[in-house]
Amino acid sequence: MTGEQIFFLIVGIVTLISGLMVVTVRNLIHAALWLVATLFGVAMIYAILNAGFLAVVQVVVYIGAIAILFIFAVMLTRRQAAETGASVNSNWWLGAIAAVATFAGLFFLLKSWSGFSKTAAAIPSGFDAVNQLGDALTSANGYVLPFEVASVLLLAALVGAVYLAFNKK
Amino acid sequence: MNFWNDPLKVAADWLTGIFTGWGMNTVVANVLVAFLGILMLITILMVIDIFLVWIERKVVARFQDRIGPNRLGPFGLIQPFADIIKLMIKEDTTPDHADKFVYNIAPMLSMMSVLILWAVVPLAPVMLGVDLNIGALFIIAAGSIGTLSIIMAGWSSNNKFSVIGAFRQVAVMVSFEVPMLAVLLIPTIFAGSMGINAIIQSQNIWFVWLSPLAAVIFMIAAIAELGRAPFDLAEGESELVSGYNIEYSGMKFGMFYAGELLHAFTFGGFWSIMFFGGYRFFGLELVSPFLAIAIILFKAMVGYWIIMWVKYTVMRIRIDQMLAFNWKFLTPVAFVLVMVTALMNTLLRGAPSWLFITGMLLSNVIVAWVSLEIVRSVSRKERERVEGPKQVVAEAHH
Amino acid sequence: MNEWLYVGLFFIVGLIIPVGAIGIGFLLGPKKPNPIKQSTYECGIEPVGEGWVQFKAQYYIFALVFLVFDVESIFLFPWAVRLGQLGMFAVVEGIIFILILVAGLVYTWRKGMLEWA
Repeated sequence: MTGEQIFFLIVGIVTLISGLMVVTVRNLIHAALWLVATLFGVAMIYAILNAGFLAVVQVVVYIGAIAILFIFAVMLTRRQAAETGASVNSNWWLGAIAAVATFAGLFFLLKSWSGFSKTAAAIPSGFDAVNQLGDALTSANGYVLPFEVASVLLLAALVGAVYLAFNKK
Repeated sequence: MNFWNDPLKVAADWLTGIFTGWGMNTVVANVLVAFLGILMLITILMVIDIFLVWIERKVVARFQDRIGPNRLGPFGLIQPFADIIKLMIKEDTTPDHADKFVYNIAPMLSMMSVLILWAVVPLAPVMLGVDLNIGALFIIAAGSIGTLSIIMAGWSSNNKFSVIGAFRQVAVMVSFEVPMLAVLLIPTIFAGSMGINAIIQSQNIWFVWLSPLAAVIFMIAAIAELGRAPFDLAEGESELVSGYNIEYSGMKFGMFYAGELLHAFTFGGFWSIMFFGGYRFFGLELVSPFLAIAIILFKAMVGYWIIMWVKYTVMRIRIDQMLAFNWKFLTPVAFVLVMVTALMNTLLRGAPSWLFITGMLLSNVIVAWVSLEIVRSVSRKERERVEGPKQVVAEAHH
Repeated sequence: MNEWLYVGLFFIVGLIIPVGAIGIGFLLGPKKPNPIKQSTYECGIEPVGEGWVQFKAQYYIFALVFLVFDVESIFLFPWAVRLGQLGMFAVVEGIIFILILVAGLVYTWRKGMLEWA
């Protein structure tokens, strides 16, 4: 096993355990903090894959903004955040079976795909993913339209959020 | 290889030689050497941090027309060590209602979020740290972890003051992250890279001459990110006592305190890197790496001094004023500046450098002047609106 | 070797130092807890109610607005990196991108959502 694989296994296990904690702990703030750990684990996986830009974006957007938003939302709900009742109901084993079955199905499906066992080509030296991304986002033959549509999407999100908050008043 | 020209490489080669001599794997030896190097760097930073306590106390004393620590050692230089010993032998209390685990890891995360910033700081042309191609965003990412540590500290203390303080602080930090991200785009546009070293290398002309407004906005956003006056509403002594760290004592409080000082110093360093050429100073940095380190530390200290200057001169503002200042003034100005800079950068491409500098400088001055004029006229109207009815009431009394 | 390994080392060392400092403080300091000392600090008076006070919804609004602008700025970074090599087309594209979002800011502003009230 190479060092990369060992790192991946450790990070993957930690991420999975944190993910499990998110849905099992009863305190909502603890759940949010475990979610942060999960998201950080995902960022580490990006880093292991040499996708530095994605790793940093993961931390900035998910930990720096979305996790904070979650914690603010939990703090706003106040009493409901208290530990009342179990975090699972009597159907938890059905959910577990469905999850395992979905995972197994996907695994066997992907296993027959030829790309699954292929080793990725080595990254050529001097390759700069950020430059490639910049070119793709700005060239007329690339992803100009999705780039602009993303802006409209963000605008829609902002307008929606403002409308919801405005309505509540 | 001369020790004076590349001390880090000489030391690393020497250590790797010793480790491999013991029959260690080359990769493991390299990682171990890197680990020791990072440990050394961070230990030096902590020593600098101890002296920052002294500098801070001495400077605030001068601003307030006092002398400051002067009893222990020459100029009170031993004072910070006494402070550290005092913090160490204080009782480490934990409030009964605190969330123990979160309460204990928050100060560690706070310190860590500052220390990891130094991973991307190039100290000299031969000491680049980790030369990530996304260095500028790494600063913001580390700040995100700092934000999280503050909300963890505030929430886990289970104290009204600390929760309110943490919320305010986080609101400040996330708000001012937007103009900071926007002005970080400007060195990125000039350098054509987000890598910190690439930004330094492309500063044949300091970026502050190309975009002084961006340098000012970066400084304001950095002060807010640090939670220092005038944006220290999290600590608001008069109403919140101490804010998010109110329940912390001993070394845990020390971590927040030391982290804040080192964070300020670090952002002084980033300010100098982004706009004042980092370790570069008319080719002096090429003489010896030691000189380059001295240059960047001096520039960081100047940045730190400006942060202190602002802190002890400007009074604290209210949260509504602060958020209005950010969202209604700083953010629009920062984005307008990004658009103008992008436009001018493309229009003036290939122009002689004097024209490029003049054009950039002029566009900055125009953006600053126009935005200040708009603010002036709006605030005049606002003042008339607020003060108008008051005079009527006063006359009615007579 | 992956450069992120060194960043990871920075994370580890950055945790070791504060853990060590707090650990030393824990070992050296006295440990004499009592109920008064361990109670929540509220300027000397008995704590009233719990520490979880309810918050203004305004914090949430600002966090939402921040999230949108955070994502926007990050989208702009790859654009900024390549701007020096690209023509006017890319500049106009970026300016349109920013203007669409500034429209969002103006909308939020006009709706009075940026007021702290």
